Formats: sequence, C-alpha cells, structure tokens
Amino acid sequence: MKKNWWKVLAVVIMTYVILQGLLGVVPRQPILNESIRNVYFHVPLWFGMVILLLTSAIYSIKYLRSGRPDDDRVAVEFANTSILFGLLGCATGSLWANYTWGEPWPNDPKLNSVAVGMLMYLAYLILRGSFDDEQRRARISAVYNIFAFAVFIPLIFIVPRLNASLHPGNGGNPAFGKYDMDNNLRLVFYPAIIGFTLLGVWITELRVRMRRLQAMLDE
Amino acid sequence: MRISLFMVGLLASLLLHSQTLLAQQPIADGVDMADRLRADGKIWVVVAVIAAVFAGIVIYLVRLDMRLGKLEKESHTTLNRGHDVLRQN
Repeated sequence: MKKNWWKVLAVVIMTYVILQGLLGVVPRQPILNESIRNVYFHVPLWFGMVILLLTSAIYSIKYLRSGRPDDDRVAVEFANTSILFGLLGCATGSLWANYTWGEPWPNDPKLNSVAVGMLMYLAYLILRGSFDDEQRRARISAVYNIFAFAVFIPLIFIVPRLNASLHPGNGGNPAFGKYDMDNNLRLVFYPAIIGFTLLGVWITELRVRMRRLQAMLDE
Repeated sequence: MRISLFMVGLLASLLLHSQTLLAQQPIADGVDMADRLRADGKIWVVVAVIAAVFAGIVIYLVRLDMRLGKLEKESHTTLNRGHDVLRQN
C-alpha cells in the first residue's frame, strides 16, 4: 500500500474538487452564471492532458536514448490517456460553448488549433498501427511523438494569443488575471489540476501494467 | 494573545460555514445564479449524483488495479517456476 498513496491522494483531491466545486462560492458573472464552475472540470482536463503529453514525450526521448521497449510502452500509454482527456476536453468545451458562446464549435483559434493537435495525436496512433516490426514502430513513433509535442504546445499556447480568441488569456487579456480568476476559484482550480493529472497517471499506470503482462505472456 | 488550538479549529469551521451561507444569499447585482436551486436544497441531489458517479469510477479503477496486481503476482510465480525448471534441467 505504501506505493499507492498517490492514488488515495487523487481520490481525496477529486472528491474535494467535486464537492467544493459544486457548492463553493463563485464570482457572479453575466452570461457565464453558474457555468463558471466548469473552470474546475473542463480546464484542468487540458492542463492534465499537457502534463501527460509532456511525460509521454519525455519517455519517447528516454526510449530513443536507451532502446528499452518498456519506455516505449509507457510513452504510448501516456499518449493514450492524454487523447482520452483531450476528447473529454473537446466534448465538455463544446457543451460549455453551446450555452455561453452560442454555438458548440465557434470559429476560435484555440479550438481550431486543438482540433489540429488532436488529429496529430490520432495520426500518432495510426502510425503506430502501421508497423509490423516492433523496433521500427517504437523508434519512428517515438520521433513522431517528440515532434508532435513540439508542435502541439505552440499550437495551443502561442497561436491563440496572436489572434483574437474567445478563451480568456488570449487576444490580449492576460490569463488568470483578476478578471478571470479570483482566489476562491484558485482554491479549487489548482487542486483540480493535480487531481485530474494524478487520475490520468493512475489510468496510465494500469494500462502500462496490462501491456507489461501481455508482453510477458508473448515471450 | 495566545489562542488555543480548539479555538482556532472552531473559528476555522465557522469560516467554512460562513462560506456556504454566503453562497446561499442572493446578492442583487442583476446576475442570475442558482440561488433558487440552493434555497430549494436540490443542488445536493446533483452533488450526490456526481459523487456517486465518481465513486463508481474509483471503485472500478481500484478493482482493476487489484486484479492486475493478482495477475502480476501469478505470472511472476509461474515465470520463476519456469526458471527453476530450466535450472534443474
């Protein structure tokens, strides 16, 4: 049980986020109304996704340096969980946008960038599926994964800031400035990032262990 | 002035309570919030539903985790037995 303390932490944090996120005090904003609480559930998904993708890219680099198949396994499973988070982020964002911005997928640079990014990572999975030779698959997809991450970050963090965007923190207004975030929001929002990330790591860990078992059975 | 730990705890809990009280007080600045929902107490139903969903997911993950752990243990013992057989031959 000593190795599993962070799973307990994830559950505790997420319980706190759900309870305090739904019942706590939030700023009264026109148009947003109570939907401002989505900040606790939609935004941390993306933050968690970026952290998981970074970990995936790091494991791809590790694989290229060491050549151990296990590093490749970890990298692909972190990417898988990230893609799950990304799809959930798109779905929750669409729901939120439908009721605050007027349409489920407005023509916003952040949304379009994210669509490109998601397609890039789906292509990563397709690329992996198209090799029979395990070593070639691991090596080429590791290189692709590193490039995909290097393109994804400017796509979602820099490009939307150069244009007018509906998202806060883009098109000139600073993110997490006093207009978007107050300290009550921060009290739940920051733990939510940690909670969602830990939950993602847990799911990834389970899948990695499954893959290790499969690899052991194949030998 | 020293305040005992008990008093600090009491004050802190009062602070937490005041937060929910504030959330229930409609502040007339023209922005619609779920004040009625809170007044009717129905928000707890939603909180309970979401908490139940989350608890279900966590139980699922824990069971999956335990099942994998069991499989890992089994495969380790069979592998080790295999090694022993190899060594004996």
